[in-house]
Amino acid sequence: MRHGVARFVTGFLALPVALYLFYVVWPFAQAAGYSLTNWGGYSDKQEFVGLDNYVRLFSDELIRKAFWHNVFFLVTVPLFTIALALFLAFLLNVGGREDRAGIRGVFGSGLYKVIFFFPQVLSLVVIAVMWQQIYRSDNQGLINGLLMKIGLVDADNPIGFTADPEPFLGVPAVLWWLLFIAVWSGAGFYMVLFSAAMQSIPKDIYEAALLDGAGRFDTFFRITLPLLRDTISVAWVYLGFIALDMYALVFVMTPSQGGPNHASEIFASVLNFTAFQKGQFGYACAMGVALAIFTILLAALQLRITRRERIEY
Amino acid sequence: MSTVTHPSGERARPGRPAPRPAPSRGLVSRGRELGGRFFNGFSHLFLVVWAVMVIYPLLWVVMSAFKDDSEVIREPLSLIPDKLHWDNFTRAWGEGHLGAFFLNTLLVLVGSVFLTMLLGSMAAYVLARYEFPGNRLIYYMFLSGLTLPIYLAAVPLFKGVYNMGIVLPLLGPNRHLMLILVYVAWSLSFTVFFMHSFFRTLPDSIAEAAMVDGASHSRLFFSIMLPMAKPGLISIGIFNVLGQWNQWYLPTLLMQSVAGEPKNQVIAQGLIELSVNQGYKSDWSGLFAGVTMAMLPVLIVYIVFQRQVQSGLTAGVSK
Repeated sequence: MRHGVARFVTGFLALPVALYLFYVVWPFAQAAGYSLTNWGGYSDKQEFVGLDNYVRLFSDELIRKAFWHNVFFLVTVPLFTIALALFLAFLLNVGGREDRAGIRGVFGSGLYKVIFFFPQVLSLVVIAVMWQQIYRSDNQGLINGLLMKIGLVDADNPIGFTADPEPFLGVPAVLWWLLFIAVWSGAGFYMVLFSAAMQSIPKDIYEAALLDGAGRFDTFFRITLPLLRDTISVAWVYLGFIALDMYALVFVMTPSQGGPNHASEIFASVLNFTAFQKGQFGYACAMGVALAIFTILLAALQLRITRRERIEY
Repeated sequence: MSTVTHPSGERARPGRPAPRPAPSRGLVSRGRELGGRFFNGFSHLFLVVWAVMVIYPLLWVVMSAFKDDSEVIREPLSLIPDKLHWDNFTRAWGEGHLGAFFLNTLLVLVGSVFLTMLLGSMAAYVLARYEFPGNRLIYYMFLSGLTLPIYLAAVPLFKGVYNMGIVLPLLGPNRHLMLILVYVAWSLSFTVFFMHSFFRTLPDSIAEAAMVDGASHSRLFFSIMLPMAKPGLISIGIFNVLGQWNQWYLPTLLMQSVAGEPKNQVIAQGLIELSVNQGYKSDWSGLFAGVTMAMLPVLIVYIVFQRQVQSGLTAGVSK
């Protein structure tokens, strides 16, 4: 019998573990190794250079720029997406009429949920190519075209969108336009997530609040929001990962994948350029390791901050 | 809520004013009712604005796909084309190779989702329900893949696949089978993580009863445990279908076209190529047709199964 168990366990694990080791674990481990060499990628020439690549990271202007752009997305993507998603969920669930049974959700909330969720099922590439057309800087672009029609934008001086490196609030305008797409595509999903969490809160809590004379705002801010804490912190962690992965938008939408003039450069774009255009694989791997360490620290930090006593209901 | 009984016929219907509450609270609730009506209006206004912001761009892309090029340039904003120019679709499908890319994507997806689900559940099941040395180690190894950025592995992954192709051409760059295996490997982390918690919740008593009846371990898994985990399988299945259909980085890295070989790339790559080429060909309507073709099937499937997709994906995130 025991022998049978061992064979069964091995049989079931062999293939998944082998695939995972070959295509995921081994590349990660190798990357760590290459990061200590000056390997160019296309030749066999490979020397051990110790921590030189890492030292170089700290004095690299481009990396510094990319790092701050990553931080920008890391702060703004979760912040704006969650705020908008919560606001939409609030309107959806609390915005309806009020009667003796309490406050109702708005009429047609199911339809709104279906529509708002649309971008979530589309791929980032589809969204990026689509927004490339929307953001075009002539009258063929959806936004510039509309604004020119109502005379808000001068035809000779259209909005540059992803080709605009001019800073706005200290951050290149192109980053704000990319941020807008990220929030546009994410808000619906998180609204559905928050709505589901809101609906799983037992009704009697609300009835008690209603009997005590609480209005819809009081109820939302003092009961619903605190009870959503767990869900919001999960959303925060996930959006943090998405924010680190803005590369698809940068890759498709910005001039020379990180431009104009490096205004939209992020870690991933610098890494890819360094590895596959400049042929500095060793240095690129060091960037990767630095990014991984940064990600893990961040995840740990986020979990630590958002962890709190669970409210059982 | 259920303690209030309405005489039949007098039940408050949505859309009608609510029945008046007790007179002692009349003034307060009338004020509230007014505020409520205002707020209801505001909610609808804002929700409609956001709905338009989501739908309008999508609709614009779909409608532009039916225009001819001169119309795209002349009337870029109109939502109603003069005439339905289906030739944009045939052009994108044929000359833009989107047809081939579409079939490639489907082919890869069928294999990769099936294998991800099978291998992922097998691993998760064993890790969740059997004690053996190394159990925790393997589980955490799978879990660690959740936090590591894919870009870190890009260079060695590319090299590993390239070297593999020298020995076994079927597993080399630009091969469907290779992409399937890479997708499976990269989807295992989340699949194992999710299914692990699912198999933990299944009752022991049924497993014991089956063992008493003489079922083998693998029979117990395939005929009892797997069917019982169906809700979890559907959730994670939807998650994987969407995730792998929408992949772009792995194919861009590993499925570069080779001169003289059939184009094995997937639809995301085709779209990127189309959007780059259109710059000098200025085939705008063809590009719109391409985006529409990449977008509509997923949207239609979503609309049909919206309930499952929504609950599946939100369960995937909040577990």
